[in-house]
Amino acid sequence: MDKDISVTLKVWRQRGPKEKGQFETYKIEKINQSVSFLEMLDILNEQLVNEGKEPIVFDHDCREGICGMCSLYVNGHPHGPATGATTCQLYMRRFHDGETITIEPWRSAGFPVIRDLMVDRYAYDKIIQAGGFTSVNTGGVPDANAIPIPKKDADLAMDAAACIGCGACAAACKNGSAMLFVSAKVSQLALLPQGKVEAARRAKAMVAKMDELGFGNCTNTRACEMECPKNISVSNIARLNREFISAKLKD
Amino acid sequence: MWLLNSSIGKKLIMSVSGLFLILFLLFHLCMNIAAVFSGEAYNMICGLLGSNWYALAGTLVLAAGVVVHFVYAIILTQQNRKARGNDRYAINARPKGVEWASQNMFVLGLIVILFMVLHFTQFWYNMMFAELAGHHEVELGGAMIATTHGAEFINYFFKGNIVNTVLYLIWFAALWFHLTHGFWSAIHTIGWNNTVWLGRWECISKWVATIICGLFAVITVIFFLNGAGA
Repeated sequence: MDKDISVTLKVWRQRGPKEKGQFETYKIEKINQSVSFLEMLDILNEQLVNEGKEPIVFDHDCREGICGMCSLYVNGHPHGPATGATTCQLYMRRFHDGETITIEPWRSAGFPVIRDLMVDRYAYDKIIQAGGFTSVNTGGVPDANAIPIPKKDADLAMDAAACIGCGACAAACKNGSAMLFVSAKVSQLALLPQGKVEAARRAKAMVAKMDELGFGNCTNTRACEMECPKNISVSNIARLNREFISAKLKD
Repeated sequence: MWLLNSSIGKKLIMSVSGLFLILFLLFHLCMNIAAVFSGEAYNMICGLLGSNWYALAGTLVLAAGVVVHFVYAIILTQQNRKARGNDRYAINARPKGVEWASQNMFVLGLIVILFMVLHFTQFWYNMMFAELAGHHEVELGGAMIATTHGAEFINYFFKGNIVNTVLYLIWFAALWFHLTHGFWSAIHTIGWNNTVWLGRWECISKWVATIICGLFAVITVIFFLNGAGA
């Protein structure tokens, strides 16, 4: 049964990208465990506004785990202690009465803090713009069976396409590497006939952009995969390595 | 040049140089196994690998492998620290499924390198280096030992010498952790992996590490108890 619990929050507050941030402590009394984590922050913000204080800035949008907008590094885990779930899918029943919950923004050179818990994830959009698309003229919608695709490849492509680009991979990585994201975006197209046409160009362009933006080098710790809210597999990283190396060797 | 400029290229250099060093470990292991059974056979191997041109060329290639692996470890680690940003997380939790070794490869590698210095001063310096310097014998513990009599070096440094034995065992433990992650990670970086093989390579990686480091450790203990084979 869900109970009412009281928790202490240690929240990272930072007024701007260039300013020094610090933790502020807040108390939340008698919050029901059926409340979602983001709703709990909404309630805290309402309290702060009523007290005449600045509310905590954090990203959120769909609140059903599909948009990739929410972030937050909760108690040492991107998207909190739940596995295979985004922060908006996290509920207070994951926490117990009297617990101290530490909330930090994604910390990675590629994701500078905008304010408080909100970070700039535009770097991921830039990587997509570099090549994460197919530039063929598709014309009208063809029949689903016009191009036969093996079930296995279709499944793997779909699994890779589940990536919502939230940035938890780079946030979890001790190397600040974006390889899981880039590999998912390369794989979802490289596995399908429509995407194979530009696979070599895509892999090269996206990796070049990723390196240019200052993301780190992958050392296969698998932290990204373990923290990914969409359970993207690191086998995508092997595929990206394969695509990239073979594309470069063919040049 | 993509091999030197791109992140995947640099990782590939790390991967291939690491696999090359694993091959050398297997070669070194074979020589040590010979020493367990026959000191005479081991001395013969030492004679073959003295200051002959092919042994020297091989040593230079090996040294280059170590240097490349080490230099790239430093370059990659520095870049990765920079990519992490200046602000560190207040709370760090290692997620379930992340191996400790995988997050501490640089430290483990550093330990391995430091023990290599010890190993080289005890063996390589007295054997190949002494020969290059024009000596055919070196003085060790008041006695003269021929530079190609490897078995006598083994007896001098290990037989009944608990300090050296324990130091070498610590070395093999660090190497074991390094290899459990290093081997499959190298394969993964080359791209030879998929969802089916991921678990298999991780398992093979543990086996490779255990076979190499386990046998080295057992041989060291045998040297401690019995010395090189008669």
